[in-house]
Amino acid sequence: MRMTLAEKILARASGRESVAPDEVVVASIDLAMSHENADLVRKSFQEIGVPRVWDPERIVIIFDHRVPAESEKTAATHKAIREFVRAQEIRHFYDVGRGGICHQVLAENGHVWPGMVVVGTDSHTTTHGAFAAFATGIGATEMAGVWTEGKLWFKVPSTIRIEVAGELGPWISAKDLVLHIIGKLGADGADYRAVEFDGPVVRGMTVASRMVLANLAMEMGAKVAFTPADETLASYLAQRTGRAFAPGDLHFSPDPDARYERILVIDAGHEVREPQIACPHAVDQVKPLSEVGEVLVDQAVVGSCTNGRLEDLEIAARVVAGHRVHPRTRLLVIPASQQIYREAMRLGYLDTLIEAGAMINPPGCGPCVGVHQGILAAGEVCISSTNRNFIGRMGSKESGVYLASPAVVAASAVAGRIVHPQTVWQEVKS
Amino acid sequence: MTVRGRVAARLGDNVDTDVIYPGRFLSITDREKTAEHLFELAHPEILGRIQPGDFLVAGKNFGCGSSREQATAAVKYAGVGAIIAVSFARIFYRNSLNLGLPLLVSKDASARVHPGDELEIDVTAGVIYDQTTGESFAAAPLDPRAVELLQAGGLVPYLRKKYAA
Ligand code: SF4
Repeated sequence: MRMTLAEKILARASGRESVAPDEVVVASIDLAMSHENADLVRKSFQEIGVPRVWDPERIVIIFDHRVPAESEKTAATHKAIREFVRAQEIRHFYDVGRGGICHQVLAENGHVWPGMVVVGTDSHTTTHGAFAAFATGIGATEMAGVWTEGKLWFKVPSTIRIEVAGELGPWISAKDLVLHIIGKLGADGADYRAVEFDGPVVRGMTVASRMVLANLAMEMGAKVAFTPADETLASYLAQRTGRAFAPGDLHFSPDPDARYERILVIDAGHEVREPQIACPHAVDQVKPLSEVGEVLVDQAVVGSCTNGRLEDLEIAARVVAGHRVHPRTRLLVIPASQQIYREAMRLGYLDTLIEAGAMINPPGCGPCVGVHQGILAAGEVCISSTNRNFIGRMGSKESGVYLASPAVVAASAVAGRIVHPQTVWQEVKS
Repeated sequence: MTVRGRVAARLGDNVDTDVIYPGRFLSITDREKTAEHLFELAHPEILGRIQPGDFLVAGKNFGCGSSREQATAAVKYAGVGAIIAVSFARIFYRNSLNLGLPLLVSKDASARVHPGDELEIDVTAGVIYDQTTGESFAAAPLDPRAVELLQAGGLVPYLRKKYAA
């Protein structure tokens, strides 16, 4: 049938044999996720005037952007959502202390399955493409429409395929790879498009690392992004749901002769030799670390739906072990979920980080969204494992945010300036 | 569907949603009130210049970044009648249709109309006429679904009519 994965999933969800780019289809929605902006959704939903949501089992609500409530206004928002959740009998509700960042919570609780159509009132809903789901962000009013009808119109996107060959060198992570790709394609390089990441490097990644790729694909405008539905994914899901799928299932993979708008082949070993840094104030202002120059750091952040998972905390702990965070710098660490928090505690990562002088913040978005827990003053510089560095994103419009891998963030916290993790690593050995 | 107004401001490429509506004001959920913080950190001068019905003109990828509908609401409730750009980020585009704010995709108009110009825009036909210079530009045609939403005044009135009226 020559369809890409985006086309296949939309065809299935709209009851068609096949679809092609630029066609408009109406697809049924398998999962609808919201965070605190569920309050806006609720308001639009009540304005529409339908008494009950279409399917309370398919709605998931997770508090993460402002947890615990940082203001009376937020407390009132949380309260209104809790009441709505109760009244509509929405079972999948993750309150303060029960979940964490929405994208991590959906993933680790097995809410997302290959082939699903997932919408979320959060732009980084693309993250769930790591589960071979067609997952995309929508606005609050649009979500009110989904709560009403359980379906949504989509223009079928054309697909860019990105095949990553070669090998990632030491200290080079999924974050460096995807920042490099964003730097290459630009902030609108995948606008309205689907992206399929594949190739040996992607297939060799953990699910956590694949989520980094799909998460950041948003920053080049992608509507959805996918990584392969292979054995690695099947075993991740089997552990969490007790259900498995056949990794060869063609429902969850593009046809071998699918038509792509563009195929990009990247030799990771050759093209991404150094850690990559996105400089202020755009995610596509990407430079290899050696070209960034001397940048002193006031705050370093390891966390977010991009890089707040166990493997991220592990590498941060390994880098800072035996060191102290530099006196001019503060290191904030935010596990992406309660589950990750506990695991990181059990494995001793948090203790290592705290010993080095890090502050552990509660699971949630924290300073990533610029509301609380780590706001920057004018003139301050932050290096962060998050996904956006827009003007004023983390505080003052005169602050600057550099985006990097958790290893670079941790090393920079120790050095007090942006450095290659190798520098810190060598010191400890010598 | 024709709208008339003046170009209030011209912006560059990749104007992101944090620039349009800073994250620190996301706890505001009254759509009308969002307008007070339009461009507050990056371009505080623009808000005072907007007269009801005025237009914004921008480069490519306007509205990239977050899914926050407040970015669209702030533009709309500040009185902006339509935005013309080379391209829009997809969530912003959909949010605008859903709130009934017309968007026009036109590379030529985006390059050639200037702040202060008086425009007449036929949204459904995709024609932008600059009364000040006498030039006329074509915008990309809207799909029928988008026209339906704009004519209804947005998704809420559209669905209210369909389900609850
Ligand atoms: S961690 Fe940051 S990017 Fe991720 S959902 Fe929260 S605010 Fe958005």
